Amino acid sequence: MLRFILGRLVKSVFILLAILIFNFLLIHAAPGDPAAVMAGEAGAADEKFLADLRTRFGLDQPLYIQLWTYLKGAVQLDLGFSYRQQMPVAELIATRLPATLLLTGVAFLLSLVLGVIAGVAASARQGSWGDTIISTLALLFYATPLFWVALMASLVFSVWLGWLPGFGYSTIGAGYTGFAHVLDVAKHLVLPATTLGLFFTAIYMRMTRSSMLEVSRLDFVKTARAKGLRRSVIQRRHILRNALLPVITLAGLQAGQIFGGAILTETVFAWPGIGRLMFEAINQRDYAVILGVFYISGAMVLLFNLITDVVYVIVDPRIRLTK
Amino acid sequence: MKEFWKRFRYNRGAVIGLVILALVIATAIAAPFLFPQSPWKMVQRPFLPPFTDDTLWLGTDALGRDVLSGLAHGAYVSLLVGLVSTIVALAIGVPVGALAGYFVGRTDDILMRLTEFFQTIPSFALAIVLLAIFQPSLTYVIIAIAVVSWPPVARLVRGEVLSLRTREFVEAATLSGLGNDQIILRHVLPNALPAIVVLASLMVAQAILLESSLSFLGLGDPNIMSWGYMIGAARTVIRTAWWLSFLPGMAILLTVLALNLIGEGLNDALNPRLTRKSE
Repeated sequence: MLRFILGRLVKSVFILLAILIFNFLLIHAAPGDPAAVMAGEAGAADEKFLADLRTRFGLDQPLYIQLWTYLKGAVQLDLGFSYRQQMPVAELIATRLPATLLLTGVAFLLSLVLGVIAGVAASARQGSWGDTIISTLALLFYATPLFWVALMASLVFSVWLGWLPGFGYSTIGAGYTGFAHVLDVAKHLVLPATTLGLFFTAIYMRMTRSSMLEVSRLDFVKTARAKGLRRSVIQRRHILRNALLPVITLAGLQAGQIFGGAILTETVFAWPGIGRLMFEAINQRDYAVILGVFYISGAMVLLFNLITDVVYVIVDPRIRLTK
Repeated sequence: MKEFWKRFRYNRGAVIGLVILALVIATAIAAPFLFPQSPWKMVQRPFLPPFTDDTLWLGTDALGRDVLSGLAHGAYVSLLVGLVSTIVALAIGVPVGALAGYFVGRTDDILMRLTEFFQTIPSFALAIVLLAIFQPSLTYVIIAIAVVSWPPVARLVRGEVLSLRTREFVEAATLSGLGNDQIILRHVLPNALPAIVVLASLMVAQAILLESSLSFLGLGDPNIMSWGYMIGAARTVIRTAWWLSFLPGMAILLTVLALNLIGEGLNDALNPRLTRKSE
């Protein structure tokens, strides 16, 4: 099992390196002077800053030396300097990252739990009214643009009904501490996390449902039934455990999508994470920040993948036992 | 073909999807005739609510532009981007998957690592990076969407080819002296076609969602009216004119839903073995 996880770790490092090289190539593929690209929209930076960038990244040197300088910096978490915000990109991202991890983590768990429960419920009574309703809802959520659901939810639950805050991370100027602060953040989290999770709930529900139905037709389930085991025991111990495997694999693959969704939800709800940071950077054409967020989001996705790998091992004893 | 149509019709959702899609396509084609004026043109006072003016059914937006005209022109853009980017994605994914599956070994390893890389990195963020660095124009929007959506195609085709390449008819083709390219093109890929068609229909839907998300963030072609742009522009006035965000969103939802339903219907009709098992 350790070897399995270690193998995955090594692979993650290679993918991160590949993202960095990709970023580097993009900067050079972009039309115009790479220094200007790194500094932001052409003309936004002054000559001195551009000259600094040129020496720092050795832009007058051959390409492979430039790549080496770039990689060396990135490994030490030097992601460049945001000229617009007058701050190192790494520092900018570090202040925003916790909010994104909280949002995506909660949305991820929420969608996985809700999706699996709904999928199991729908498959247990295939073709019933409950199944039809759940399946139709999943079909709708799957077709709904994330940013639009977020907008509509904030309109209905925040503007019209006034039940929940639809803006920001905590109440500005309230000065809550301790539990009151946690509660305040949780209230602010409800709408962004649910709307971000909806699309993924739909995916996991559909996957769980079809996977449950598929496994329930296998021979060992018939054997279990023939042994006279109770329906609920078969459902839980025999079918669900096997049906969960493809769902977990899918969840791992979807991790990158969740971050993509976070860019949209954070933008709508003014959630102060790196997704919102990316949106601001797009508007200001602040390339250093855009590329930095892209790199960190890649790292985040790999972390999510690693977690799903561990869960996979826990659920599937076959991997644990083989060396 | 008749058999196919019969099975497709059996899926009620798919038929509903087909009707909705036909309406959207009709709207897209008719847009330049019904609304010959540019959708960017100011035609009335701003914030005219829907159903208050006989000529402007859905009212006007924050700049006094005809909302219905915007929706109709947006339909064309959505369908165009969805279709073309899917074709481009297929043009990347099918060869990659076919080569990997047919030649196995090292070719397979290299191509699949590449596919995995593109599948792991956050695709939406990648599309944003591409569009932010290259100028957002319709062409680049299509390229960006294609670049992030080909990996599932490659994986699917590889899987199909892997299972097909050991079949007898491929062996027979090899024995009869056909070259690798002929075997892949004439014998292996046509058999993988049903699965590709189903995936492609779902990809068009995802591409439309992706395009609208990018336009919403302001990364669409600034000269083209699209549903995502309309929502993005109306976002700041959502408290006073919510319908300006609501209507284009419904248009996206219905179109994407229709395509997904059709995809499921195609799946039922083209891969009957897979679906009928559950009945």
